[in-house]
Formats: sequence, structure tokens, C-alpha cells
Amino acid sequence: MQLLRFTTAGSVDDGKSTLIGRLLYDSKSIFEDQLAAVQLSSERKGLGHVDLSLLTDGLRAEREQGITIDVAYRYFATPKRKFIIADTPGHIQYTRNMVTGASTANLALILVDARNGIVEQTCRHSFIASLLQIPHLIVCINKMDLVDYAEDRFNQIVEEYTEFASKLDVTDIRYIPISALNGDNVVNRSENMDWYQGATLLNTLETIHIASDYNHIDGRFPVQTIIRPHSDEYHDYRGYAGRVAGGIFRPGDKVTVLPSGLSSKIKSIDTFGGAVEEAFPPMSVSITLEDDIDISRGDMIVKQNNQPHVSQEVDMMVCWLNNRPMQQGAKYYLRHTSREVRSVIKEVVYKIDINTLHRMEGDKEIKMNDIARVRLRTTQPLMLDAYRKNRSTGSLILVDESTNETVAAGMVVDSFNN
Amino acid sequence: MHKYYLNHLQELEAEAIFVIREVVAQFDKPGILFSGGKDSIVVTHLAKKAFWPAKIPMPLIHIDTGHNFPETMAFRDNLVKELGVQLIVGSVEESLRKGRVKEETGINASRNALQITTLLDAIEEHKIDAAIGGARRDEEKARAKERFFSHRDDFGQWDPKNQRPELWNIFNGRKQMGEHFRVFPISNWTEMDVWNYIKEQNIAIPSLYFAHQRQVIYRDNTWLPLSEFVTLRQGESVEEKQIRFRTLGDITITGGIESDADTLEKIVAEVAAVRSTERGNRGDDKRSETSMEDRKKLGYF
Ligand SMILES: Nc1nc2c(ncn2[C@@H]2O[C@H](COP(=O)(O)OP(=O)(O)O)[C@@H](O)[C@H]2O)c(=O)[nH]1
Repeated sequence: MQLLRFTTAGSVDDGKSTLIGRLLYDSKSIFEDQLAAVQLSSERKGLGHVDLSLLTDGLRAEREQGITIDVAYRYFATPKRKFIIADTPGHIQYTRNMVTGASTANLALILVDARNGIVEQTCRHSFIASLLQIPHLIVCINKMDLVDYAEDRFNQIVEEYTEFASKLDVTDIRYIPISALNGDNVVNRSENMDWYQGATLLNTLETIHIASDYNHIDGRFPVQTIIRPHSDEYHDYRGYAGRVAGGIFRPGDKVTVLPSGLSSKIKSIDTFGGAVEEAFPPMSVSITLEDDIDISRGDMIVKQNNQPHVSQEVDMMVCWLNNRPMQQGAKYYLRHTSREVRSVIKEVVYKIDINTLHRMEGDKEIKMNDIARVRLRTTQPLMLDAYRKNRSTGSLILVDESTNETVAAGMVVDSFNN
Repeated sequence: MHKYYLNHLQELEAEAIFVIREVVAQFDKPGILFSGGKDSIVVTHLAKKAFWPAKIPMPLIHIDTGHNFPETMAFRDNLVKELGVQLIVGSVEESLRKGRVKEETGINASRNALQITTLLDAIEEHKIDAAIGGARRDEEKARAKERFFSHRDDFGQWDPKNQRPELWNIFNGRKQMGEHFRVFPISNWTEMDVWNYIKEQNIAIPSLYFAHQRQVIYRDNTWLPLSEFVTLRQGESVEEKQIRFRTLGDITITGGIESDADTLEKIVAEVAAVRSTERGNRGDDKRSETSMEDRKKLGYF
């Protein structure tokens, strides 16, 4: 059974909470006590039906305001797959939450209200999904019951979206007409839309091919920590613990350690359960090398014949996550894989209007929720891949030196001249 | 389809090991909050795997309410010996003696809230800067938005509206003096995942999780174990039942369920079929709709 992580996005009232509630309910992932609580709340509110959207309701502030304010994670499983939903709100001021939820997702669900069609928020969410390189996108055209389950309306929206999506960097886009409220095409096939021949939403989620979402080509192993047992049995043992961030490693592989550039060969790849013959993403293992070389946290073990770009200049897209705007010339801690360095913002190249995708070359003021292309310089070299090629070795965060808050998410742009 | 993918338990395990290693790499004095329950047992097992062949490079921290199942204590001491790790005990009894907290009174009194003070005192006394816990996001509403690395201010408090965004698998453990982190490596696991993993890995757990004959009292829709700490109320009687516990906590508020699941296979089957959340049998969560959130803000597990 595989794990699929997806995010949900939509404007307020598009039916996101209802849809998630419906998925949980129809896949029988709701416990009786949870359902009872929701039934009670629905009655208290004077509703005639059970409001499934209450199932995904979270913290007190949200209950008071009646909106979702942060990323909340939900879980459900079918006999075929286990699912993790990163549920993020649709307000403009919460781009940062959507970016957060999208960063670990294999798939994004974009909700569109069939009556309204593609709106600004749809574009914004799709752009973020594309920017964060979510490999698969499902556009759910919801509330089909309110447009008489009309095929025309569906086709119209698909056409509109396809046109818009040609500007995006997403290859796998699917469209499903649904009614979250009544359950049409969510888990069960709709009896009201026999013109739709495609799979239901749940069926799509269960079968979409995700095993190739990781990079299996470029061998990358960021060292997290060193394992030294100091016991008699393992007296000289020195294991480099980490999680494979790309490629496939095998004992005997010739490797280079960056940034030092020293070379060696893999002696063994160890786990508690025994040595393994192959390690691939996202496995957590310990690597031992033939030679005794100096390696510490933040170093990266890579294949000798396939190396990342080692540089102190970073060209990247950032999403600003903090109330305090970006300060040009300011210094930030930069975290990239297991490495932390200091960095300084050199240049804001352009800002992006996330509704029109236009570049704004003149506007250099980067505030919360802004997305921009930025160049920065670091005190120590980083081992970089383009984010498009590798979401682990192409991503980074910036941390404010005075508050320690995570203020930006960065995605390395492929501009290396090698 | 090629063979280079992990199944969901392997992926969750790899993620948890990654998180635990990050804690040891990023903090000076981490520890594992060990309650004796299955979740903290799984976390401890994952920590063992993360650093093998070395020992777990941090202590286990047990917050002892004084209201324990004897089985849990024996299990804890055995495990500590087997792993060769240090055990830190924070005692609620001692917090009471020192006047740090006052025993609750009244019909629903428990030591649940008192644990917060003892926990924060233990963290301060031992200068723990990262406390690893076994909480899962699927357990309870307020937990659904918890981060893997959860920042606590110098009063040990959680601010759900002002959490650091957590992107990809880059964890920011930077903090000011006096602040600490709670870290939840099995955030993404469900109760089902935990049980399947225990079964697959054959992890030892306290016998209380298996169905056994026990003297119990029916109270608040659950079977409360008879112990020296409970007094019978009007109309209550002691009965002998075949029960097991879905969570283990303070013996005075942890209810059992009637069950004949006496093997891991049967437990997994029962969990799959059961239609209520595991915390449903915990008196502490029932007090108000937001009780978990309120306790978490103050510094609860
Ligand atoms: N008619 C109809 N109403 C829907 C559908 N899905 C959601 N709604 C309603 O739309 C409103 C907003 O839904 P909700 O799930 O709270 O939206 P969210 O803000 O995106 O989470 C609620 O009144 C829902 O009952 C649908 O498929 N058909």
C-alpha cells in the first residue's frame, strides 16, 4: 500500500470542507463519536442535514470565525492507499499556508464552483501548485447539482482552465465534475452525469501513478549526523546517517563528498534491519565508506559522475512567509538539506503578480505572501539542483536572524551554466 | 511500475527516523517523552533504529502521575535496562509535595492538568531543549495542525496561531534561550498505522493492551479499572470483565473496552472494525469541546 499526499485548494465556499468531509465519510474513515459530534453541531446550527464540512473544522478561532486559518492535516485510507490531506485555506492572505501544504504534496485538488467558473483564486492556487512542482493536478468542478449537471458547463470550464494552464508548468491535469454535497463522482459514480466517462475522484486518487515522483537519477545523500557507537563490537564503525534525496545508491559506488571534493567508495548501506543492496528516496539509512575521510553534518555524498552545482550564489523563486517584509541587503540564515549557512539578499529580480502571472520588474518590495525571483549570496557553498529536477536538493528556507522565524521558502531556478 | 518505492509504513518509518535524527543533530539536550503507551514505545523503537548500532543518544523522560498501572512501570524499567539509556522521572507527587501544584477536588478530579507543571519543571531542571513525543495528528482536532517541530516559548506555551511554517522536510529548530521544542516524529501516523507497525515489527508492548480479565467499574460510558485510587460512587459496583485498553494513561481516568483481542492480529482486526476514536475513552478530553487545545496551549504533551 502506497502513501499519497495531497493538498486541497479553493476559494471560500467552493465546497472544500464538504468535499473532504465527503471523502472521509464515504470511505468510512469517520468514527462514530466524531460523527455524533458533527450531527450535534449541525442540529445546534439548525441545519436540516449533517454538515460534513464540520468534520474538518479545527481550532477555536476557526470555529468562531467559521473559516480555516492554517494548514490542517487529515488522514484516511482505503484498501488501496493511505492518504494524507494538507487542508489549506483559500484566502489571499494565506498564500503561505498553501505553499506550505503544497511543498510535500504529490497531488493538488483544485476546486472550482461550477456556477462561477475559473476565478482569480483558481489561477493563484494553480500557479502555486505549478511553482511548487506538484506532479499531479485534479481540477474538481463542484456544485454540478446547481448547474443541472450540465455537460456544456463542464466543458466550458475545462476549456477555460486548459487555456490558462498552458502558461503553467504542470503536465498531468485531470478534470472531474462532482457534487461534494450529494456525493456525485466523489466516491460513487454519479447517476446524474452519465455523459462523464472518466474515473471518480477517489478512484483517481487510488490509482494515479506516483512511484516516479521522486528523482531516481541524480545520487544525492545529505549527511544528517554521524553514528559512532564507541562499543567493542563496533569499535571503528562510522556511519553517515541521512535520507536519500535523489538517485539510487549501492555498495561499491564511487562517490564524492561535497563541498570538500574528497572521493571514496560506498562500503555498506546499513539499517537496523540489516545491510541493504540499494538505497533510494525517501529511505533513511546509514552509509559507511571505504576510506576514513572527514565528513560532518551538512556535507553531501553524491555519485562521482553526477554532481550538483556547488555555489555561493543562489538564483531562486521565493515565497515570503512573514509579516516583516524582506529587507534588501539583510542577512538570513539559510537552510538547505541538512546544511545551514548565512546569506544576504543581493537582488530582487522581479515580483510576480500571481493572478495574471505577469512579472513586475519595478516593484521590489517583498511582503508576506509575495512571490518573487531573488538572488542571494551565501557565506559557504551550497550543493544545489534545480527545484524542477529535485524537490529536496532544490528547496531551501530562510530564517530571520533575530526572531528565528521561518520567513521564506525558496526554490532554486535552473540557471547554472555548466 | 518499477520497484523503487516504499510502502506506506516504510515511508512513515523513514520520515520518523529522519525527524528523530534531525532532533539529535539540531539540539543540545533532547529527550524522549515516554509514557509507557504504545505511541511512545513506537517512537522509542524508531529512535533505536535511527542510531543503530549506537545506543539512543538521549534520555527517556517519564512524567509520573503517581496513578500508574503497575504493568506500565515494570515495562518501562525493563525497556530502559534493555536499551541502556538514562531515565528521567518527573513526579507529580513531588510537585504536590513541593506545593508547585494543588490536587484537584470534586467528582471529576484528575491529575491530568497537574502533569503540565511537572513536565515543564522537568524540562527546565534537566535543560531539555527538545522533547520528542508520540502525539499524532489524527488523534484529536487540535493536533491536526501541529508541526513536526513545535516551538514553545519560555513559559512552555504553544501558540497555535503563530506557528512556524514547515516546508518540505526542512526543520527549523532555532530558538532563544529558555525556549524549547516539542517534536512529533509520528505526526503522520494513524492509530491503524501504529498497530500495523507494532505487529509487523513485533514490538513488545505492555500486557494491558491485550484483552485480559480485570476488575472494573462502569463509569462515564467506559470500564474504569479498579485501583487503590478509585472510590465507588452511589450505584456503582465492581465487575469482572474481559477488557483491554486502547490507550494507557493515568489509571484513574483511562477506561478500557470489552474485547477478546488477545493477540496483535486480533487487535489490528478490532481497531479496523471499531467505530470510535481511541481518545473517546479518556475522561480528560470530554470536559469541553476544546479541552485538548486549551491544555496544549499551556504546555501539555
Ligand atoms: N449545492 C451544493 N452545495 C455545496 C456543494 N458543495 C458544498 N456546498 C455548499 O457550499 C457551502 C460552502 O461549503 P464548504 O465546504 O463550507 O466550503 P469551503 O469554504 O470551501 O470549505 C456550504 O453551504 C455547502 O453545503 C455541492 O456540491 N452542491
